[in-house]
Amino acid sequence: MSDSSAIAQGAVAEAGTPHGEHPPYQRHHFESMDQQADATNFAMWLFLVTEVMFFGGMFTAYLIYRNWYYPAFVSASHQLSIVWGTTNTAVLITSSFTMAMGVWCAETRRKSGLVLSLVLTLLLGLVFLGIKSIEYHEKWEKHHVPGLHYSMEAFLNPASDPAVFKEYHDKPMALDMARHTELYFFLYFAMTGMHALHMIVGMAILIYIIFRARAGAYTSGHVTFVENFGLYWHFVDIIWIFLYPLLYLISRHQ
Amino acid sequence: MNDISPVLWQFLVKWMTNFALFPPEASKIAPQMDALYFFMVLVSLVGLTIVVLLVVGFSILYSKERHPKAIQIEGSTLLEATWTIIPLGLFLIMFVWGALLYFRIYTPPANAMNIYVVGKQWMWKAEHEGGQHEINSLHVPTGKPVQLTLISQDVFHSFSIPAFRVKREAIPGRYTTVWFEATTPGTYHLFCTQYCGTDHSQMIGDVVVMTPADFKKWLAGSTSGHSLAQDGERLFASLSCNACHNTRPDARGPNLANVYGSKLTLSTGEAITVDDAYLRQAILNPSQHITQGYAPIMPTYQGQVSEEGVIDLVQYIKQLDSDYRVQQTTTTTDLLPESEQTAAPAAAKPAGQPGKPQGKVNP
Amino acid sequence: MSSTIVSLPDQSTARIPKTNFLTKENGLLSWLLTGDHKRIAILYLISITFFFFIGGALAGLIRLELLTPQSDLMATDTYNKVFTMHGVIMIFLFLVPSVPATLGNFLIPMMLGAKDLALPKINLLSWYLYVVGGCLVIYTMVAGGVDTGWTFTTPLSTHYVNTNVMSTGMAVFIAGFSSIFTGLNFIVTIHKMRCPGMTWFRMPLFVWAHYAASILMVLGTPVLAITIVLMALERTVGIGVFDPTKGGDPLLFQHLFWFYSHPAVYIMILPGMGVISETISTFSRKRVFGYTAVAFSSVAIAIFGFFVWAHHMFIMGISNYAVLVFSLLTMLVAVPSAIKIFNWAFTLYKGSITFETPMLYSFGFMGLFTIGGMTGVFLGASGTDIHLTETYFIVAHFHFVMVGGMLMAFLAGIHFWWPKMTGRMYPEKISQMAAVITFVGFNLTFFPQFILGTLGMPRRYAAYPPEFQVLNVFSTAGATILGVGYLMPVLYLTWSLKYGAIAGNNPWQATGLEWQTQSPPLTENFTRIPIMDHEAYDYEWLEQQQAKEVASVG
Repeated sequence: MSDSSAIAQGAVAEAGTPHGEHPPYQRHHFESMDQQADATNFAMWLFLVTEVMFFGGMFTAYLIYRNWYYPAFVSASHQLSIVWGTTNTAVLITSSFTMAMGVWCAETRRKSGLVLSLVLTLLLGLVFLGIKSIEYHEKWEKHHVPGLHYSMEAFLNPASDPAVFKEYHDKPMALDMARHTELYFFLYFAMTGMHALHMIVGMAILIYIIFRARAGAYTSGHVTFVENFGLYWHFVDIIWIFLYPLLYLISRHQ
Repeated sequence: MNDISPVLWQFLVKWMTNFALFPPEASKIAPQMDALYFFMVLVSLVGLTIVVLLVVGFSILYSKERHPKAIQIEGSTLLEATWTIIPLGLFLIMFVWGALLYFRIYTPPANAMNIYVVGKQWMWKAEHEGGQHEINSLHVPTGKPVQLTLISQDVFHSFSIPAFRVKREAIPGRYTTVWFEATTPGTYHLFCTQYCGTDHSQMIGDVVVMTPADFKKWLAGSTSGHSLAQDGERLFASLSCNACHNTRPDARGPNLANVYGSKLTLSTGEAITVDDAYLRQAILNPSQHITQGYAPIMPTYQGQVSEEGVIDLVQYIKQLDSDYRVQQTTTTTDLLPESEQTAAPAAAKPAGQPGKPQGKVNP
Repeated sequence: MSSTIVSLPDQSTARIPKTNFLTKENGLLSWLLTGDHKRIAILYLISITFFFFIGGALAGLIRLELLTPQSDLMATDTYNKVFTMHGVIMIFLFLVPSVPATLGNFLIPMMLGAKDLALPKINLLSWYLYVVGGCLVIYTMVAGGVDTGWTFTTPLSTHYVNTNVMSTGMAVFIAGFSSIFTGLNFIVTIHKMRCPGMTWFRMPLFVWAHYAASILMVLGTPVLAITIVLMALERTVGIGVFDPTKGGDPLLFQHLFWFYSHPAVYIMILPGMGVISETISTFSRKRVFGYTAVAFSSVAIAIFGFFVWAHHMFIMGISNYAVLVFSLLTMLVAVPSAIKIFNWAFTLYKGSITFETPMLYSFGFMGLFTIGGMTGVFLGASGTDIHLTETYFIVAHFHFVMVGGMLMAFLAGIHFWWPKMTGRMYPEKISQMAAVITFVGFNLTFFPQFILGTLGMPRRYAAYPPEFQVLNVFSTAGATILGVGYLMPVLYLTWSLKYGAIAGNNPWQATGLEWQTQSPPLTENFTRIPIMDHEAYDYEWLEQQQAKEVASVG
């Protein structure tokens, strides 16, 4: 039985509809490209909201423990290299810029510009991860990875870590407060680790996008995929912009 | 709450208890709790009756046979307001009443007798101040407010006495308290109500309520010979706490005489009142609980003292009511490794190691 | 009860439409790689039914053990695993996805006049994530189970058990993303794909309910995800985030866990309430009384639902003032539910009521949800919570709202939309019988548990003092009856697939765009996007339609 007459004013038999009636990138359940772009864009924003809630749990833990164990957090954060941290921030912000350039190129149908921007974004992402792995390695060497032979020596006896001591002249910490530095490092690894995971996923998608971009997929009027990915990339950047001061910049001038 | 005719009330409670539909009321707060409970039951019954009457009534009156043509009605703001405001009003009454009850149960009176309860997988250890220790049971007198200070040694447990209508979680890492005043001698159930592993359902026992005379007899007969405070004194001495916490003018730590209950300013500027929780924290996490004016050199005793040990120490400190008492402790031990040092140590002294404990006492 | 509004086509000439979403393509891959929301809904229906019966079997084991006061049917450790798995499966693999993923997926695009959800591939992904989560749960069961309780309380789950916490945590994590993607899809669809003329206030209340539930899914579930990650890290690496000896706080886990798990219960119930709006309206032939109030109540429940989580923690040592705030908010969140119940009741007023199976389940819902909801108020008032929390009162409360409420609503919805989904009617007499059996069995099972709770019997106990036995026996007897009541639909619904009467487009003569198409629907739902030119639940419009059809066919 066909649809009731209220719906189908002159029912159109499906077989009769020529397939080329809609733009090639429009999915069948959308009525127009506009609707598709609108819906997918909205979906990406909504997804980013869920990501905010996801990271939110860790930010909550950070908030509470920093409030309770401030001295431990200060000392522990002195163990992070501000040079690497700032560099990474600059790298990531630049990658957001190149990503935005890429989106502009896609919208203005500049294929080579798009590919270049995306490749630069990818490279900058790799630089970021490279620096992060250097930092992680350093933490591993110094036994500051929580749960795995964690050592509080640098906090109980700051003079044992000359590089950091020279800069901050931390006082030796009591054992019960020094214990809480492990919490700081847990939050450091969990938050930056989760962030890095999101970056890796993003970069995997970016590689896919680069290949598709080279084939001209995004420079013929259908840019929503790149735009939405751009949103995701900017989000990853923003998370870092929160992480950086919270983890690296706790009271540098104690 | 006892405005309801006492006869009717007693009958109701007795009838329900005898038919095992309701637990016995054995504490002062129990009738108050039950009054609110019955009010809620009443409101629920009335609410349910209204809903059922509406549904059944309308179904009969407006069944298809009787009422073949439905009449479209958009709504009625008046009705919406009615069934918003009335339920809200009733719920708010329950909120206020319940909150009052809640505050009452979790605000112990100052003169309450203190019993410490340590929960662990899978038993309850109760410690009376006089040194009586019980496992999976709790003896209390009638007519006297009793405060329970609870803590867990491992996972979350929950100490529940249905007949008293009280329950409190025992949490690892901090004290929780609850109080009651028993009214009727007898033996009542004690349950652990927070799932805690394999033998959660075996973590049960008896609360034995006795008349004050019987309770006194029981206390005398069950004492271990030394009170918690005496155990605490031994521990205090053996851990060399009195190396810093003594009455000397150049003492490195504050004098603990009369410190319990007093107001203290910490080195962070915060003003606190010294209670059980503070003392426990000061022993286990001293760096954040340093009294103003003292160097932050107190080492932590986390891992060296069990929860029972902390309880003993807290009890001991509570009873330090004079400098003489403090001095007594000092002279009961001859193991004071740093007692001859007069100069305050430099801040760079490694605070990682506590002053050598001469032996751990874990009752 | 002999009158009915069912209007079936002439059975001697009626046929299932040859082209429909079920027959469009054949083969396993066409199902496993489908983007069609209706096929995905059917896939979900099969999977959640499967897990429901596993969870139900576990419930049967629990009730069997509790027949006797001693822990004699199985080892206590085994019992602990049984109730944990029962909770995990029923909550995450049944209740959370039940109405949204089956009925919501199937119907929301049709109710809105759209051809599919906004993101069909994400929809399919959502089902696969559910399946993976389900497989991990099965793995957990085979590997020896987990015995932390579905609430994974730390430090028990992180340091004190050596059962399969990690695999269960992973399962819940993955299934959580299934839920997030479903909710995300619904929100985007509702915002962006309503057909012309379909304003927000012309949408069926079923859609409003799912919108509210989707907000909760999208905002709440990620917090559960990160909580599980933190718990897993604590368990494997020993980071100390919840460990008091390292400065962590086990109450932090409680706050994070309940921040999701309280909204979760609204995720579970709101879609069920949406079903009830549809059935009550259809079987009284009336627009839902106070449409706007019901719509806003759904959203109010969602919003308030985010602010009451600590009422699960009243006795855990949170400050008295926190208790005040959360208790007050809990009272506030109870009000919209009451509003809905009364609005549904008044929908019956001056209606024309018939008592087909969906209506019977809906009546059951109204009574049982009222009891369940009111007992929630007992618990929300902090004082009484002290006595009643962590006892069988809680168990009874949530089973009343979830099983007496949500599951009844789910069954109402399955029966109501069965003809639309399959083109066939289920057998009415036997289904009415099953509804009554379920209702009786339910009450016998769970009402005694209120009394047990008041008496003080704790929950999660394998053994109990002997004086509680009589009530436990009643409860187990009821559970047996309940089991029969749940088994019957599986049997007769399956039977109806081959032997049920042909339903036609609109056997219930319901309003709603989904009823204006063939049963089962075409893959693309509508040959042309409809234009919504009337209000929701417009029975006068429906009459005009039917008059026109008679005239034009004749």
